[in-house]
Amino acid sequence: MDIFLIVLGAILTNNILLTTFLGICPFIGVSGEYASASGMGMAVIFVLTMTLPANWLIKHFVLDPVGVGYLSLIVYIVTIAFLVQIVEMFMKRFLPALYNSLGIFLPLITVNCAILGGVLFAIATWNLGFLESVAYGFGGGVGWALAIILMAAIRERLRFAPIPEGLKGPGIALIIAGLMAMSFVGFSGMINIRDFGG
Amino acid sequence: MAAEVKTAVLSTVQQASAPAIPVAQRLPQTKGWKELVRDIWDDNPTFRMILAMCPTMGATNMAINGMAQGLATLIATVASSVTVAALRTIIPAEVRLPAYMIIIAFWVTIVDIFLRAYLPPLSAALGPYVPLIITNCFVLGRAEAFASQNSPGLSALDALGVGLGFTMSLTLLGIVRELLGFGSLFGIQLFSGWTPWVIMIIPAGAFLVVGLYVGIVKHFSPGGQIGGGA
Repeated sequence: MDIFLIVLGAILTNNILLTTFLGICPFIGVSGEYASASGMGMAVIFVLTMTLPANWLIKHFVLDPVGVGYLSLIVYIVTIAFLVQIVEMFMKRFLPALYNSLGIFLPLITVNCAILGGVLFAIATWNLGFLESVAYGFGGGVGWALAIILMAAIRERLRFAPIPEGLKGPGIALIIAGLMAMSFVGFSGMINIRDFGG
Repeated sequence: MAAEVKTAVLSTVQQASAPAIPVAQRLPQTKGWKELVRDIWDDNPTFRMILAMCPTMGATNMAINGMAQGLATLIATVASSVTVAALRTIIPAEVRLPAYMIIIAFWVTIVDIFLRAYLPPLSAALGPYVPLIITNCFVLGRAEAFASQNSPGLSALDALGVGLGFTMSLTLLGIVRELLGFGSLFGIQLFSGWTPWVIMIIPAGAFLVVGLYVGIVKHFSPGGQIGGGA
């Protein structure tokens, strides 16, 4: 039950993009087209679900017992880069169809702050348990994907709208994101992931 | 080199107070100066390039938070760029990106530990946005695009320009959001009986203010590069 609530909370109440501002640069840059937005969304779900448990295990079985918590940032980012590389090689070899649709988005994921940010929120700030971290990783990825896909759909509709010259492109995208964030405020208070932390 | 950087800062501050003649024409036309000015305004990381959006929104609910986040990023960017420039002949081209990531993570760790030790309330207010400087695209961007091909001194100026431009943008955003959201400025209450604009404090306000700023900057100086990347 807790797991289900965390997944739901990560999608709606603690949406990684609209409430904690993680992964906005690709959200603005890649949301112009529906196809690339959904590709990027899938890549984030995949990588976040993998890196969160991996970094959880590293923190609780390597960094904490050895007492080198101050190295955590360096270790997390190297783990993320390493896992992204492995995922890319694995997909290229065994899932070529998926690789062709995600291919160009995977390397970009390493510098996507949604990944490192999700890891920091779940492991450092909220101190979630292992299964909770897996749930938050998956839910956070789905929430991010939902936001970018909604955004891409709205931007496709806006293509022929009379937008003031200065606001075309990133400006209007940010304002739409603001309106989306406002509507997500309606969910706030239902579930708070902080309560599941230790 | 330290003296060079210091005069750069002083000069920029003096120029900013006399806006009649365009800043770019008043500065001496050496390569370092040109890099500095270009990075502060023409390639402003926030309003022009739409980079490093997470801290731009997450850490600007108060002016002091925005300024602190900007300065932390400035220190990390300058230190990383100088390190990358100093090691540019040693790092093999094939593994340069992982090497840059580790250098940046190292400096960000130092900034984070320093803030936690000496300014704990500020560190708590900024939360994970200081560690997230690692994934600020422009820190890696300056290392890859500039520091990997230039001397440490020139790279320091280049990083300083980006850092100052970023600090300026974040402080401006923080000022607007704090003024409307709390009726105060840098923690000092300016209006008594101010009805807070709750929207300015919550995430939605961050998106709206940044969006309007981007639109205003583009409207008044349409040239330059408007980007948006990973």
